[in-house]
Amino acid sequence: MEKEALIPYVGLITDIRQDTPDVKTFRVVSPNGGKLFEHKPGQCAMLSMPGISEAMISITSSPTNKEFMEFSVKKCGCLSSALHALEPGQMITVRGPYGRNFPVDDEFFGKDFLFVAGGIGLAPLRSVINYIRDKRENYGTIDIVYGSRSMQDLVDYKEIIDEWMKTPGFNVHLTIDNPQPEWDGHVGFVPNYVKELTPDLKKTVVMCGPPIMIKFTLGGLMDLGFSKEQIYTTMELRMKCGIGKCGRCNIGNKYVCKDGPVFRFDQLDELPNEY
Amino acid sequence: MKKLALASLDKFFETVAASRTLYLPVDTEKGYSEYKKWADGTKLSKALNTLRSAKDFFFPQTENLMDFKLSGKAIEVIDTRSETEDFVVFGVRACDAASFGVLDRVFLQDPVDTYYKNRREHGIIVTMACTKPAETCFCHTFGIDAAAPAGDVSVWETADGYCFEANTEKGEALMNSASSLFEDTDTAAVEEQQAKTREILKKLPLANLTTDGFGRGLTKELFNRPEWQKLSESCLGCGTCTFVCPTCQCYDIRDFDTGNGIKRFRCWDSCMYSDFTKMSAGQPRPTQLERFRQRFMHKLVYFPDNNDGMFSCVGCGRCLARCPISMNIVKVMKTMGGKN
Repeated sequence: MEKEALIPYVGLITDIRQDTPDVKTFRVVSPNGGKLFEHKPGQCAMLSMPGISEAMISITSSPTNKEFMEFSVKKCGCLSSALHALEPGQMITVRGPYGRNFPVDDEFFGKDFLFVAGGIGLAPLRSVINYIRDKRENYGTIDIVYGSRSMQDLVDYKEIIDEWMKTPGFNVHLTIDNPQPEWDGHVGFVPNYVKELTPDLKKTVVMCGPPIMIKFTLGGLMDLGFSKEQIYTTMELRMKCGIGKCGRCNIGNKYVCKDGPVFRFDQLDELPNEY
Repeated sequence: MKKLALASLDKFFETVAASRTLYLPVDTEKGYSEYKKWADGTKLSKALNTLRSAKDFFFPQTENLMDFKLSGKAIEVIDTRSETEDFVVFGVRACDAASFGVLDRVFLQDPVDTYYKNRREHGIIVTMACTKPAETCFCHTFGIDAAAPAGDVSVWETADGYCFEANTEKGEALMNSASSLFEDTDTAAVEEQQAKTREILKKLPLANLTTDGFGRGLTKELFNRPEWQKLSESCLGCGTCTFVCPTCQCYDIRDFDTGNGIKRFRCWDSCMYSDFTKMSAGQPRPTQLERFRQRFMHKLVYFPDNNDGMFSCVGCGRCLARCPISMNIVKVMKTMGGKN
């Protein structure tokens, strides 16, 4: 019979990294080796543990990684809790890739960037950031503002310190909500930090994080003189099918699973405020 | 056009059912009509329409999508799909026949839903023109003619027989399989019957209901209208409207552990339910107002936006008859639409 989008592939978990107290990153390959499928930065996949449920998770690894895919999952619901209980060698199911990606090879080409992330919101941006690192010559300077509740809650901390901070043209600005004895970096919320840094108005901004962070960062950027046409984000709503048919992830006439998850803020302005 | 004698209808059913499964509306002891598989002695219902729509034939209330076998850390995905056998649905009204066009827009759009497509390809729709449209009918609002139903074959009940017209190759083949029962006829009897039905349609209470004020590009005008508050106030969120609706197609996917493997099911779902959009991260539609608004905005604005202006309502009137608090799409259209 012809291919059915709802029937998933089986993926093998080869590695599980405890990123923060409640975030784990799962490395997944095909049982025959190699990646299950190709994707573009910002696209997602439906992960499932049969018997529990299925959910849309962003593919946090860059497509330039040819060996495996990674998914960073925060433990907060049924499926994420089940995934957190797994061990390497376990199989899960994966289907995708789903959604519109960040326009890395079109509008993003040659641009300077400001990435703004809060908590687990870094996960969908990591694929873009590492894509840009791997195709460094195609893009300008990169500023990354990343904040979390505490030092321990910064996802991908090791990669940030060992790789991003050492990449030419990359400026990483980390912040945590409250002071900690072992932390000598910036303390404070992301929106204020972004304002303090007075980013260049030429930059393309890519944001992901909790709604409250998005709201105040967006307001701050508007105050600085940015326009909504240069600010991108990626959305998350409940999904069952991932292909625009089950009917629950729409914002107005757009389905986040297929018309998103990547939107520009001027595009979101055209939609009802129901997310 | 072909004619079947009044007395030959049961013979026609018998002939069709000899080679294919045949479903038709039957009066039940519960006091309403529903689709049943034909068996010797089954009589076609005289009711205007079935309680539930005909969408079940292509989009069943529950279906097994696939199975999983788990052993240790391994997972095996079992594709449980099989080719559907040919089947015939007889007596579909014009509204329900039009609803398949709405469902096709969703399920046959890339990526194609193969479960739906398989059933659609094997299903033969025989429609029956309405003779006594009800006060809850408003199919004409959406450009549907109750006297000229679509489908693979259209049938009209006239004074002395049934007139059949094949509209597709599938319909032609079906009629050929019972060709000995038919005789040629002209269209006069059908036209007479159509004229009578159309006279009734003109006098229906909803005869002047229009889609004015709804359609493509109207989200901004309609979404924040204050009327949603009052309209949604008494909605119980029971989902009856969704379940009887021929075009509602939202679904849920859930797993069931049988103790001997996992079965993954697809079931009808409703945007009227509070957990429809609920996530561990939050709830974008926290009250019945947002859920109620979603259902009607989808049918009257979002669906047309994405489907060349096609509305996701066929005016069958089931929700008018079945809503326990008598709220329905017509009240929404009359309150918020143009001059009706």
